[in-house]
Amino acid sequence: MTANGIGAPVRRKEDFRFITGQGQYTDDVTRPGETRAVFVRSPHAHARIKKIDVAAAKKMPGVIDVLTGAQLAADKVGNLICGWMIHSKDGSPMKMAPHPALAAATVNHVGDAVAVVIAETTAQGKDAAEKVVVDYEVLPAVVDPAKAQGKGAPQIHPDVPDNTIYQWHLGDQKAVEAAFKAAKHVTKLDIINNRLVPNAMEPRAALADYDAGNDSLTLWNTSQNPHVARLVISAFVGIAPEHKLRVIAPDVGGGFGSKIFIYPEEVVCLWAARKVKRPVKWTSERSEAFLTDAHGRDHVTHAELALDANGKITALRAKTIANLGAYMSTFSSSVPTYLYATLLSGQYDIPQIYCEVDAVYTNTVPVDAYRGAGRPEATFVVERLVEVAARQLGLDPTDFRKRNFIKSFPHQTPVIMAYDAGDYNASLKKAMELADVKNFGKRKRESARHGKVRGIGYSTYIEACGIAPSQAVGSLGAGVGLWESAEVRVNPTGSVEVLTGTHAHGQGHETTFAQLVSERLGIPFESVSIVHGDTDKVQFGMGTYGSRSGAVGMSAIVKALDKIEAKAKKVAGFMMEASENDIEFKDGKFTVKGTDKSVGFGDVALNAYIAHKFTGAELEPGLKETSFYDPTNFTFPAGCHICEVEIDQETGKTEIANWVAVDDFGTVINPMIVEGQVHGGIAQGVGQALLEGAVYDANGQLVTGSLMDYTMPRAHDLPSFHVGLTETKSPSNPLGIKGCGEAGAIAAPAAVINAITDALGTEDIAMPATANAVWTAMQKHPPKAA
Amino acid sequence: MYNFTFHRPTTVRQAAGLLARNPEGKLLAGGHSLLPVMKQRLAQPSALVDLSQVEGMTGVELKGRSVVIGAMTRHADVAKSDVLKEVLPGLASVPGSIGDPQVRNRGTIGGSIANNDPNADYPAACLGLGATIITNKRRIAADDFFTGMFSTALEDGEIIVKVSFPIAKKAAYEKFKHPASGFALVGVFVSKRGPDIRVAVTGAGSNGVFRVKSFEEALKKRFSPKSIEGITVPASGMNSDIHATPEYRAHLVGVLAKRALTKATA
Repeated sequence: MTANGIGAPVRRKEDFRFITGQGQYTDDVTRPGETRAVFVRSPHAHARIKKIDVAAAKKMPGVIDVLTGAQLAADKVGNLICGWMIHSKDGSPMKMAPHPALAAATVNHVGDAVAVVIAETTAQGKDAAEKVVVDYEVLPAVVDPAKAQGKGAPQIHPDVPDNTIYQWHLGDQKAVEAAFKAAKHVTKLDIINNRLVPNAMEPRAALADYDAGNDSLTLWNTSQNPHVARLVISAFVGIAPEHKLRVIAPDVGGGFGSKIFIYPEEVVCLWAARKVKRPVKWTSERSEAFLTDAHGRDHVTHAELALDANGKITALRAKTIANLGAYMSTFSSSVPTYLYATLLSGQYDIPQIYCEVDAVYTNTVPVDAYRGAGRPEATFVVERLVEVAARQLGLDPTDFRKRNFIKSFPHQTPVIMAYDAGDYNASLKKAMELADVKNFGKRKRESARHGKVRGIGYSTYIEACGIAPSQAVGSLGAGVGLWESAEVRVNPTGSVEVLTGTHAHGQGHETTFAQLVSERLGIPFESVSIVHGDTDKVQFGMGTYGSRSGAVGMSAIVKALDKIEAKAKKVAGFMMEASENDIEFKDGKFTVKGTDKSVGFGDVALNAYIAHKFTGAELEPGLKETSFYDPTNFTFPAGCHICEVEIDQETGKTEIANWVAVDDFGTVINPMIVEGQVHGGIAQGVGQALLEGAVYDANGQLVTGSLMDYTMPRAHDLPSFHVGLTETKSPSNPLGIKGCGEAGAIAAPAAVINAITDALGTEDIAMPATANAVWTAMQKHPPKAA
Repeated sequence: MYNFTFHRPTTVRQAAGLLARNPEGKLLAGGHSLLPVMKQRLAQPSALVDLSQVEGMTGVELKGRSVVIGAMTRHADVAKSDVLKEVLPGLASVPGSIGDPQVRNRGTIGGSIANNDPNADYPAACLGLGATIITNKRRIAADDFFTGMFSTALEDGEIIVKVSFPIAKKAAYEKFKHPASGFALVGVFVSKRGPDIRVAVTGAGSNGVFRVKSFEEALKKRFSPKSIEGITVPASGMNSDIHATPEYRAHLVGVLAKRALTKATA
């Protein structure tokens, strides 16, 4: 390991500009003649648009134009799409209802945009937006996924009866039924995975600029995957052909999945910029974000676990209703199916699994991937079932887990995934040591002396990351391949630019990717810069989500670096008059084998460009290589989180007394950044378990529409985390990386709820387990303090 | 935000005059409640009369057996007042629990009281200590001042100039924070000044801050948490929302009252 190489806790390069206010976010970008877009949004969850009158609005000061859904349709702007095809069990394709960027006929959730005002300033735009008169015929709404399919539920989209998008399943139903018939014990749970609002620190934004001379468009936006945005906006929405549309995602302040998707606002800004022939900018306000950013989770599940006489799990089955909201967002269909049911084996050897998922429309904001995307929901089902089963059987929850762990690899689960490497006992053991589990009884008695009940909860989670082998996801319905590209440009002076198709919005790629290049080429860390987020610079890429940037994106860089090394050896061979096969490359030096003749990397770079030592017939000048890397498998990060809680018996308030996380992320490039990712993930998971939850009233109004009512986790809600690592390398990529971005959010909710129910001596408590909810539970079943 | 005219008087008389000339105007005393609703276009004052430059409206002063706090004194300044920490630490602890540093450095005691948010902290302190609210026109006892949710005894054109708190020997505040907003989900202020015993509750009541007479009666015998053991507060009349049921709020009133009493008598 070099000082700044793989494994070193290097400080983040990008932080200087971020913490000194010099980051360049979409809203910081300005174009001459820029106008502002203000959207007119539906105050109703479900209504027919009878008439829109924009005459008065158009006359307001500073207004350039007021555009409606009817004009959007007349201009043949295409609908937004969901890019992952899911087929129902009967073979029929999912029912994707039209999603126009501006609603023309009906509105289907509060916040659905019906018109846009283009004005000189936001204030003028807002004044004008109030003058747009929309005549609505209000229709009944449904918000609860469990009630969306019933006879009484209003049908939201004309071609989607019962609001049912698909009825999907995975696994061998008959074998599972047989296993449950033969079971000695069955554990059952009803689980609601609460709906979450992402709340990235930077709200979404878009700036569209039309170049009339070239008939081309540029879009700056808050995207986790600018190339995918360009592809969808070109190929499906049809705003401009791909080569006439440049998408730039500059600095982006957090995404957590919510900025993967292609949203109506960016489409409208592009369309409007061409219409008014001036740049159009929109920056979401926080209250607008609550009503328009794709939400996460929102599953209603019944799950069962079958066990034999020896406490071995013989089968698992789950029936889930997944709320996809009013429209199908970009990847929404895949989240409750192939990102969920495929992980229901957890860390356990479960011979049979069967899962049914109904996806439904409701009159709520669309739901799509949010940190973990399907995998937190799966882990919550598995880890809650396992915990409750252990308690019902009178077994220690750690012994019960050990009894059922997968112990040999590779392991084929009954739900598609083939786990390639792991050591689940190792992470559990290390976590138990760090958490001082053996003295838990003592701490519980100590808490009791202060009127508090203490509980301990485990979560031995698994996830599938490194998304993903293209052929595999293609066979499951993905509309795109999930490889990654890299281009390594060595400059004549030996500095290096790496262009990557991944995108960083908090992950620190500028640092970690540079660590890889620095170590591999033996050049200073400072001599490497990472370029991402611009479709005119980077040839193509799939973006960042699903903990894929290390496992897939860095693998592509490794492949390009291999090619750089091969070419550089040729150059060095000409320089030292030796065969390229006799050149060795180590620590930034090219040496002729068995001699002391050597040249440095910088010299080779210069010679590659001046090309004085070889003819064009012998070797092409230059030192730049490209690679596309397609992984051979998902990666399977796994680990054990242990949460200890202390509950105030008088108020029901839960304090997290201790948190231990021991994760196996394979190779770790920068342990400091990895630790930060774990901290953030746990914070979001604790948020889900204790604090967060989007609440709609029966009319479809979002009750938790601001940070005054939607409880985001704060520093004071969290303890200092104790983070440890174990390591089994992923055999599926050259660096052995597994990925770390989502682990905390996946592991944490089950750990918290297992700890609280342990303290209370109850089987279950719903998320978020607020102080009020815990107090109410204690009124029904007073806990034993010690 | 809609357009408005902005005025920055330097005397209370000027401020009152501006208010009289702008019947749709509002006083700006910190703005952390008013400005957000203006930004959301839910309030449309024709004028803002900013009190920040008005002379003589800030500071914490010991006057005889009372502490007098200027209406425009920021929460942060009240919290760090040495005088207050010395003579009435129970009151000094209140502003430190309000909002976040930004709010505490802008928000003022006068603004908080005049708004009478049912979840605000200062109304409990005023009622719990039997404060006197001094306006440009008169002196109003706290018992008469808070007249319901977001409503006070203030008349049109009346400006709070200062608030006078009698020094109670025993006084303390306990607050259970609303998990999202940080306001009081329930807050209880208790005090004992000679025979005057007060238990004031904010956050819980659907009609704003109120006194718990049953607790006060019981505490007359002995000012101790034990005295209110077993006395429950009815859930009827308590607020109900997604964060707390009326039963839970009623329960918290008892828990926090006991904790405040423990603190006050420590």
